[in-house]
Amino acid sequence: MKPVSLLAVLAGGALFGFGLALSTMISPEVVLSFLRLRDFGLLLVLGGAASVTFVAYRFAPRVLSKPLFEAQFGKHPSELNRETILGAAIFGAGWGLCGVCPGPAIAGLGAGNWPLLIALVGIAVGAYVQGRFFGRASTPASAE
Amino acid sequence: MVEALFPNGLAHYLAGGLLIGAGVALIFVLTGAVSGMSSVFSSTWSYVSSWPFFQQPQFAGTRTWRLVLAAGLIAGALLWWFLLGPVGGVQTAVSWWQLLLGGFLVGFGARLSNGCTSGHGICGLASLQLPSALAVLTFLATAIVVANVVLALGGR
Repeated sequence: MKPVSLLAVLAGGALFGFGLALSTMISPEVVLSFLRLRDFGLLLVLGGAASVTFVAYRFAPRVLSKPLFEAQFGKHPSELNRETILGAAIFGAGWGLCGVCPGPAIAGLGAGNWPLLIALVGIAVGAYVQGRFFGRASTPASAE
Repeated sequence: MVEALFPNGLAHYLAGGLLIGAGVALIFVLTGAVSGMSSVFSSTWSYVSSWPFFQQPQFAGTRTWRLVLAAGLIAGALLWWFLLGPVGGVQTAVSWWQLLLGGFLVGFGARLSNGCTSGHGICGLASLQLPSALAVLTFLATAIVVANVVLALGGR
């Protein structure tokens, strides 16, 4: 990516992180209270984020022939196979155990939530074990 | 009714969600990149591991901007802390073993599934992908079960 694109990613990431903090998703307690069906706010966060993203994904490629700074629009490469569903089930089990997922684990550090470093270590080790022992080099191009 | 479903209010959830979407949308319009967050945990390993899986273009070729995205997340939350957050910051009381073991399963599972709450949840749903929708329903189901079992067993 060009330097100007990296600046754009940094700015977009800052909006993302600010949003995660404002919506209290960087508190595992809030995520767990959703999973225990006590506060459904997480659905508003997910719904709000997905709605805005939907508009951009849907209409940007129709209005623009390419992104402003780079050559082409990417796609989220979902495949319907055993790994996608089994992986999601395992991911959910971990999410339900700790209330932390990758975005908030990273953003939380910016708001002083140091215990999330432990979760970050767990996530990094989990990703390593997956890639080193279960990863297939033929998986489709990941844009995610 | 609203208070029963949202005892802590609605506005900050909605505003936060819209900001997250604005960030993902901005990155897409300007660079074309799709901002799922779990891939950074595979792509960053390409700096230190020569294992072929991590050296694939989808990881080794995207590792720089994925780390920049992670830095942006931290910077944005830091800005929130200065402007609106509690002086001492946000601290979780979830126990360390839950964070470590839960984190491991989150990292392993998200990478096996090729997506997490942002990859499948935000980006996958926003591009109307059926596999992502099924992944979201699957992880919501197992997460709800596990979170309630942990609670019943006396965990946080």
